[in-house]
Amino acid sequence: MREITASGQTVEEAVQSALEQLNTTRDQIEINVIDEGKKGLLGLFGSKRAFVKVTMKKDLVQETENFIKDITQQMNVEIDVITKVEGKHVTYELQGDNIAVLIGKRGQTLNALQYLVNLALNKDSDQFYSVTLDAEGYRGRRKETLESLAEKMAAKSIRLNKKVALEPMPAFERKIIHSALQKRKDVSTSSHGVEPHRHIVIQPET
Amino acid sequence: MKALIETIVTSLVDHPEDIVVTETEENEKVVYHLSVNQEDVGKVIGKNGRIAKAIRTVVYAAKTDSGKRIYLDIM
Repeated sequence: MREITASGQTVEEAVQSALEQLNTTRDQIEINVIDEGKKGLLGLFGSKRAFVKVTMKKDLVQETENFIKDITQQMNVEIDVITKVEGKHVTYELQGDNIAVLIGKRGQTLNALQYLVNLALNKDSDQFYSVTLDAEGYRGRRKETLESLAEKMAAKSIRLNKKVALEPMPAFERKIIHSALQKRKDVSTSSHGVEPHRHIVIQPET
Repeated sequence: MKALIETIVTSLVDHPEDIVVTETEENEKVVYHLSVNQEDVGKVIGKNGRIAKAIRTVVYAAKTDSGKRIYLDIM
């Protein structure tokens, strides 16, 4: 992390000087006033210069991208990361040959990684980011799978006129199922159990 | 493998200098023992061991050179 101390006639001038030296803009830095300085009598006697300490803020999104690359490299998987930021939502799309290792059975490795990346990104952050980790379009494919599963299970619950419980899924996957069946009048969905065993139950509406 | 564990844990804790990972090789498995600063214990275990579980999932997914089973011991 880069950090410098700058001085000027006023705090404002000191900050400006620091910005020039670091070649950056105001939203990229943190300012710490060491001494506000004094104008002095008639600008002649007893004047003191203002001192500020300026620290470059870390680019957390970029650092997290490096973190993902470090992890995957140490898992012996060569990948490229494409990072997209939309407001407070960050998507890291992983691309590479041996991506299956990173996805794991039913995406469990990818979900574990996503959870760790989420923690790493938000640890030192003053605002909360939500993170999606995607691998070669896995999330999109999984969404389609879950939507067709939802339809199949809804049909089953109507046919048997009984509740049908699905296997445990993480929150964002349950959400896909809930929204897939939300418009249907003949079935209702609800989540039961405690994380990480929380699962959806589909039941016919009477 | 040791580096992988260290990379993951470093990103989670407040005192990365206190991370110690030791490796013990047994007959059919390799045991990695992880210890962190007292204040950071919660950060590597998490509520109901959720973080610990995620670390293990990622670590177990990585292939080993020897093909032996890996076991991660936390604290």
